[in-house]
Amino acid sequence: MLGKQAFLRHSVFPQAGGMRSARLSVVRRRGTGLASLWRYLLAGLGLAALLAGVLAAVYLTAPQSGQPLGPDVSRTKKTDNGLYVASLVPERGVVRQGELEAWLLTLKTKTGASVERAAIAISGGMPLHNHGLPTSPQVTDYLGEGRYRIEGLKFTMSGWWQLRFAISSGAGSDTVLFNVVL
Amino acid sequence: MRRLFCSLALAMAAILAGCGKPDFSDAEKQTIASLALNTLPALKPDTTNRFADMPAAAALGSTLFFDVGMSHDGTVSCSTCHKIDRQFQDDLPQAVGVGRTNRRTMPLAGVARDPWFFWDGRRDSLWAQALTPLENPLEQAGNRTAYAHYMKARFGERYERIFGPLPDFSGIPPNASPLGSEAEKAAWNAMSDTQRDAINRVYANIGKAIAAFERSIEPAPTRFDRFALNLSTGAEPKGDAIFSREEILGLKLFIGKANCVTCHNGPRFTDNGFHNTGVPPVANLPPDRGRVDAVAQVEADPFNCFGAYRDGDASACGELRFMVKDAPELVRAYKTPSLRGAATRPPYMHAGQFSSLDEVVAHYAKAAPSVEGTSEVHPLELSDRERAELVAFLKTLAE
Ligand code: HEC
Ligand code: HEC
Repeated sequence: MLGKQAFLRHSVFPQAGGMRSARLSVVRRRGTGLASLWRYLLAGLGLAALLAGVLAAVYLTAPQSGQPLGPDVSRTKKTDNGLYVASLVPERGVVRQGELEAWLLTLKTKTGASVERAAIAISGGMPLHNHGLPTSPQVTDYLGEGRYRIEGLKFTMSGWWQLRFAISSGAGSDTVLFNVVL
Repeated sequence: MRRLFCSLALAMAAILAGCGKPDFSDAEKQTIASLALNTLPALKPDTTNRFADMPAAAALGSTLFFDVGMSHDGTVSCSTCHKIDRQFQDDLPQAVGVGRTNRRTMPLAGVARDPWFFWDGRRDSLWAQALTPLENPLEQAGNRTAYAHYMKARFGERYERIFGPLPDFSGIPPNASPLGSEAEKAAWNAMSDTQRDAINRVYANIGKAIAAFERSIEPAPTRFDRFALNLSTGAEPKGDAIFSREEILGLKLFIGKANCVTCHNGPRFTDNGFHNTGVPPVANLPPDRGRVDAVAQVEADPFNCFGAYRDGDASACGELRFMVKDAPELVRAYKTPSLRGAATRPPYMHAGQFSSLDEVVAHYAKAAPSVEGTSEVHPLELSDRERAELVAFLKTLAE
């Protein structure tokens, strides 16, 4: 992500500037012949670059500008002290409101090794409604490769939910918070 | 030209003053569609009750539901409080059976879709729920062996066609129960384990038959549903499906500024959860702490999903298994009731605390703190007009 942004910053804006000078020169000297054709070509290139720049800018800022205060809903995160990388997905792929559902939590160490025999405590709630989870979900199975099945999650209303995992294994204790927006 | 300008200005003023009908945003339309009855999914099978969808069981259950013989003194049936022509409730602040109870009778439309039963959710299945009023001294005030004897005497053949042979009744005392009077408890304790189990099984089957009947009690479409259907299909509403401006604004408040839809959501207008909403207790009734006291009761119930009388396997017991057992928000938390039909069945709340929808809306606007625990509702800035709009909308759910 960062790399992409840096690439755009270096490539797009200088070209956009180049376009402006190209257009100016087209307006000033409406000559004929090869030289002016060359200038038109340059202007066309400049315009295309501007378009690309604008599109890239829109693409990059759209998620933020569409939902300025929305919580971070990424499903893979480093834990708070950086001990683990945790990923959380609904077992059936989709989240259905009002039903008990199973989710899968995958735990890897910093170096990418699967975390086995972790003790995991789950809590959470709706920060804007000051209530906790309507159920008490638990880890019910270890599926191998760092994957833990969590059963008993239920989202009873739409809105912003938070799920907090306290993880403890041979690698140490850490916490991670996931946001789920329904 | 000047005249044209004037009439244009007048038209603008009229729109601003609110003669035009307000529009809904796409997000509002989506929420409204999620409340309409046509989104109610088909009733799921109840694997804990293998008679749940058997017509003969439902027919027997219906007989039992209306039978005053199913009580200690032969005067009370389920239908004494759950009246068929009154949305299966009784219009009283607190129900009256053999004695006067501490809670309001709950209407039953759509009840088979609930995960928990009673205002505090102290039962986890419809069939286990039905066994509670039968032995409650304030409701039907009977006892377990008396009900089993009664089944054999009155409905023996019907019972056996559905559930198989009745047990051997020799040596079974006429009145015995683990929950009854001292004499009844002593009689129950004197029975053998096999006898107690046999009687419990008959008793559980009574609940399963009644539950099979209750599964047929479903909510009916209302004006709101006709309005919502037109809104989602884009059809021009006709007749009573046309909402007044007041009703539309009430609906907008319900799903918007007033936040009602956070708890009263889905086609039944309930999240099936428990919340402390700061409803005050009723003077002179015993202390009532809601959900927090129900947890131990449902865990101790021999007829709960983990018990020996469940059919099917324990995979159906998720709600009980993953129940929240202790959390501060369980204090004075009560089940979110459905709002369908509410307008025509005052009084409101778990002990009939409010006698009109105006009082209910005033309660939400003020959001007084709870006497115990913390209320989840926050004060609302609602003008008198907005309160009336909310009430007008709630009425469309009962027409
Ligand atoms: C004396 C009046 C009375 C009688 C008789 C009675 N009920 Fe009720 N019913 C109530 C009250 C009051 C509540 C709520 C009680 C509570 O929360 O503690 C209730 C709750 C219920 C509920 C829970 C509904 C929900 O949404 O959770 C069901 C189902 C029900 N009754 C069915 C029955 C059946 C079946 C019978 C007969 C076996 C019966 N009732 C007999 C008054 C009565
Ligand atoms: C935090 C969840 C929550 C919110 C928000 C909420 N309600 Fe309720 N509502 C409940 C609960 C829980 C009850 C039952 C409370 C009790 O009996 O103590 C209830 C009861 C009611 C009742 C009485 C129904 C009956 O059968 O007794 C009405 C009417 C009602 N609410 C309307 C509204 C309206 C209108 C709003 C918005 C202004 C609203 N509710 C917001 C949870 C909520």
